[in-house]
Amino acid sequence: MKTLFLPLSVVTAALFAWAPLLIANAPFESTMGLIQKIFYFHVPAWMAMYSGLVVCGVASALYLFRGRPEADRVAVSAAELTVVFGLVGLVTGPLWARKAWGIWWEWEPRLTMALLLELIFVGYLMVRKYGGPGSEKLAAAVGIFGTAVSPFVYVSVNIWRTIHPKTSVVPELPRTAPEMVPPFAVSSLAFILLFVLMLMARIELARRQATLDELYLAHEDSGS
Amino acid sequence: MLKTALLIVRKDFAIEVKTREILYTTLLFALSCVLVFAFALVKEGQAPTDAAAAILWIAIMFAGTLALGRTFERERYGETLRALMLAPAPRTAIYVGKLLGIAVLLVFAELVLVPLVGFLFSAAFLSHPLRLALLLGAGTVGFAAVGTLFAAMLMRVRTRDVLLPILLYPITVPVIIAGVRGTAALLASPVEEATATMWSAILISFDVVFVTLALWTFEPLMTE
Repeated sequence: MKTLFLPLSVVTAALFAWAPLLIANAPFESTMGLIQKIFYFHVPAWMAMYSGLVVCGVASALYLFRGRPEADRVAVSAAELTVVFGLVGLVTGPLWARKAWGIWWEWEPRLTMALLLELIFVGYLMVRKYGGPGSEKLAAAVGIFGTAVSPFVYVSVNIWRTIHPKTSVVPELPRTAPEMVPPFAVSSLAFILLFVLMLMARIELARRQATLDELYLAHEDSGS
Repeated sequence: MLKTALLIVRKDFAIEVKTREILYTTLLFALSCVLVFAFALVKEGQAPTDAAAAILWIAIMFAGTLALGRTFERERYGETLRALMLAPAPRTAIYVGKLLGIAVLLVFAELVLVPLVGFLFSAAFLSHPLRLALLLGAGTVGFAAVGTLFAAMLMRVRTRDVLLPILLYPITVPVIIAGVRGTAALLASPVEEATATMWSAILISFDVVFVTLALWTFEPLMTE
């Protein structure tokens, strides 16, 4: 893990430096113009958020059923990153909406779903912060349920908002706008790598905290 | 296992029948909810479309949260859940017993709420009694399945009163969307039967997934 950290950081930094050039050279979208370029930032942030959600759910289940402390450290790190990247998406979404549709907030299915998942994972962090001793287990349940509920949120929110036409922009991108694929791919890769890097760093931090706690306990037990 | 679960239901109802504390307070709380929403929404003697369905489900969910908290508060106060956990019974049976108890209590509340909301908002809830019962039953089980698990696991936590709704509402959003839209479809003229059936199916699949998940996680969560 540690040996990978440095090369990955270099690659991620290079991608983040390269992406703006690609984005600047990408063609303007016909109706939205310049504002559409927020897409290269907004959608990759969602991708990182959903990666965090899945990692948190799997790690929570591993922790709850196998009792592995390292799985718990992965789960809390992933949950924090889910909230961070979700916040990026929830800030860029309304900015885009304001320019594209003229309103700050629209109950658009994907935005609504992200808001709900963000709330669930803020709840996860709340449990950890205010849950007192043993809150890791309770948080693991929230992680599992939060991940399991996401398909239901997706289906119900989508049907709830069927009045608006929904298009699957990303899968059709190679056909509709091939010039937009390279900047989008680079931005997505950069965000995913950033997510992986932050996750690695956060897990390492959690590991050191656990070691420090053990040392404190050992120190107190020795009575000095 | 079912026998143990029914024994727990019997125990809880024996206590409840004596005082009727949870049933009466839950009912009165639900009534207050209906009134607050009525005064907030009704304009010039007219409620907005679908208000009846929305108010009914909000009242059920709010009252349900209160009942969940009260049920487990009783166990905590009497220090009896530990005894229940020590009893030579499968943990899943304890969960099922608690879930059944909450669900039955909520069904009692619904028996009062449905005619009352129908009467106050001139909604023809009783024109499709079976379809409405299916929606309410599936919705109640889904809400209670997640709620029972969370209320049980939060019992050890000092901030349980506020953490329960924080965690429960975002995760049960699919229930409220499906419940309200399904009920509204039954109240529409002409009645949208297909829509109501679709939402019932979504609620039932929610029930299956979350009852299974809760049965699966209850044991490790309640083991200290």
